[in-house]
Amino acid sequence: MSEKQIDEISGVSTTGHEWDGIKELDNPMPRWWLIVYYATVVWAAAYVIAYPAWPLISKATTGLLGYSSRGEVRQELDAAQAAKADYVAGIRDKTVAQILADEKLRTFATAAGAAAFKVNCVQCHGSGAQGSPGYPNLNDDEWLWGGKPEDIHKTIAHGVRFAEDADTRVSEMPAFGGMLEPKQITDVATYVASLSGRAGDATPAVLSAGKEIFAQNCAACHGADGKGNRELGAPNLTDAIWFYGSSPEAIAQQIRAPKHGVMPAWSARLGDVTVKELAVYVHSLGGGE
Amino acid sequence: MKYGTEIVFSAILTLIALLGAAFAVDDAFRYHMLIAVVLLGGFTIALMRKEDFAPAGPVDDTRYMDGPIRYGVIATVFWGVVGFLAGVLVAAQLAFPDLNLEPWLNFGRLRPLHTSGVVFAFGGNILIASSFYVVQRTCRARLFGGNLAWFVFWGYQLFIVMAATGYLLGITQSREYAEPEWYVDLWLTIVWVVYLFVFMGTVLRRKEPHIYVANWFYMSFIITIAMLHVLNNLAVPVSFVGSKSYSAFSGVQDAVTQWWYGHNAVAFFLTIPFLAMMYYFVPKQVNRPIYSYRLSIVHFWSIIFLYIWAGPHHLHYTAVPDWAQTLGMVFSIMLWMPSWGGMINGLMTLSGRWDLIRTDPIVRLMVAAIAFYGMATFEGPMLSIKSVNALSHYTDWTIAHVHAGALGWNGMITFAAVYFLVPKLWGRERLYSVRMVNWHFWLATLGIVLYASSMWVSGIMQGLMWREYDSQGFLVYSFVETVAAMHPYYVMRVTGGLFYLTGGFLMAWNVYQTIRGRVRDETPMGVPAPVAGAAVQPAA
Repeated sequence: MSEKQIDEISGVSTTGHEWDGIKELDNPMPRWWLIVYYATVVWAAAYVIAYPAWPLISKATTGLLGYSSRGEVRQELDAAQAAKADYVAGIRDKTVAQILADEKLRTFATAAGAAAFKVNCVQCHGSGAQGSPGYPNLNDDEWLWGGKPEDIHKTIAHGVRFAEDADTRVSEMPAFGGMLEPKQITDVATYVASLSGRAGDATPAVLSAGKEIFAQNCAACHGADGKGNRELGAPNLTDAIWFYGSSPEAIAQQIRAPKHGVMPAWSARLGDVTVKELAVYVHSLGGGE
Repeated sequence: MKYGTEIVFSAILTLIALLGAAFAVDDAFRYHMLIAVVLLGGFTIALMRKEDFAPAGPVDDTRYMDGPIRYGVIATVFWGVVGFLAGVLVAAQLAFPDLNLEPWLNFGRLRPLHTSGVVFAFGGNILIASSFYVVQRTCRARLFGGNLAWFVFWGYQLFIVMAATGYLLGITQSREYAEPEWYVDLWLTIVWVVYLFVFMGTVLRRKEPHIYVANWFYMSFIITIAMLHVLNNLAVPVSFVGSKSYSAFSGVQDAVTQWWYGHNAVAFFLTIPFLAMMYYFVPKQVNRPIYSYRLSIVHFWSIIFLYIWAGPHHLHYTAVPDWAQTLGMVFSIMLWMPSWGGMINGLMTLSGRWDLIRTDPIVRLMVAAIAFYGMATFEGPMLSIKSVNALSHYTDWTIAHVHAGALGWNGMITFAAVYFLVPKLWGRERLYSVRMVNWHFWLATLGIVLYASSMWVSGIMQGLMWREYDSQGFLVYSFVETVAAMHPYYVMRVTGGLFYLTGGFLMAWNVYQTIRGRVRDETPMGVPAPVAGAAVQPAA
């Protein structure tokens, strides 16, 4: 142990301790440091009196302000609901077409539908409703089940091929892999591709063979001209919009063993008001009829 | 026999691991035990090859035991580079999800590899090594317990490798910073108790009348980590030959226990013992007395007392009762000044020698570390305030905060300690290159600035986007839009990480060359390089 000594540079005394050459100065604690420290302690004392803080035997002190985080959330939600009450009542009582006709309700429902869309629909249809392979683009004017307000509402409310909903939209293209010869499938796929000008250098023989197979097997649902049938959810095959790929190979695959997408029925999950709002929003995206 | 007991112990462990592999009830456990067999078996064989049957000479108790410290410093540098590399990789995976290589190298498995790698492997090794170095010199006593210090070193490396390989195999408890499963936890408990035994034994046989402040901090670190580790990892294994266990706690109690642990891992692993390093290496490097003895006492006891209660601030606005949230918050606020006490004592120790910042890049690293410590310990209490937390929680702001602390404070003070220790431990006159230390300093600083500022912006933006409502009270952004908006910041973060990693490689090279005894021919720092045709400036 060394003696206390005055440090030459600072003029402060050391404590007289020394370890491996390290000494300590006997400086006081900085005054500002102490003041701020005490201030935080005083603030903490006041805070624990004002807010719930001390656990007792069966419950904790509630604090003078009577604050609770659950109560705060309740208040905010109640206020938000009260502010929307008139609009919500209006939407509940009207059909989607009536909402669209009412300027105020339409504006509100479009905003509400957009918010609900962001939470519930973007996972499949994309954040811009642009769709992705197997999930339709909602911005264009091609509709599998119809683009009128009530059509869209029904599709959202009851879903597509959603087993738990009795009123769900149902269609099921058969798997032609077991019904047609492989050659017939590639021929008809080539013909279908030719309807939108994608058949490449297919020979007239193939096209006419494909056309005949189409007339016998496909026209019942997709129409003799291939323009589809909304009653049956059968897509239009003559435009540039494709669900599962537009190449003759992709089309052949879909003929051989078709994929059948499922959309949940949303009315049970979100309630009718939100479903109507969603229908208004989707209708507003550009393709609404 | 030199290593008789050690060989038997290591062989028994190998056998236990082999039995574990043989009777394993799940494949992950079997592979994990086979890894342990290879490691322990290899270690046993290495010991047997080093065996010497001549009677061992008496241990010279007047000499310090520096072997495990040398190994510890090398391990620090090695795991540092590994941990930074894993960090850059996970950062890149967040920016470019295609880099997730399923299943072994996906984000979920690599992320704990990064956090454990930098906290427990890089940080843990420098803490053990520096504590052994400091406690011997400030107590003037050789490490207590003979080869137990070696056991602590090798046992800890085994823990690290088992934890890391476990993560890659998908073995995890899913408790943040406590991911290793029950058997790895048990092993760490044994290693840690022996560490406590060696450290306390050395303190008890000190030849100094008082215990130096650094040792108070080291002791509280070792004791508290033992307590935290054991309580948070209380779990019931599904099988004693399987990799899965269930926590002894459930629901809110589980969450509170986890964040009591998680927060105090930050406190008693990343703050307290790194302050111990500061209390030794800063006065040694600048050759000045500690600024205030009284401040060190008051801030030590207040930080110890307050820190342990602050955990619930990680669970604001959750199912944790309001009273616990309140207490977590007020204790965090009161923690501000006790934390800054360490910063003041560190910085003010430089008074009279501030000129060293210009000439000594090691001091530069130390000062930057303390400055980042001050920033992080201000930001921490601020983030614990409930209304601030409502914005910051679950966003990248937390990541920015953690990395300002970890890269700035923990990283830089560790680099300084490594650069201080290496020449002394290997008896070299100086480092291979002091200028390379300066490069390391700037690379690390730039890396941190890029990293932290991009994450601050990204985090605050993310929080604001999440809570953005339109005039009618409807959500404005979908979650995926907030993710897409963060992409440019994630790329900037990778850049910052690459800077930091490059600094780590420089350090590894510098340490390697110093150990080899090389000295780089270079102009000393602070002296202007002679320019042809220009007069050398006289020193100011």
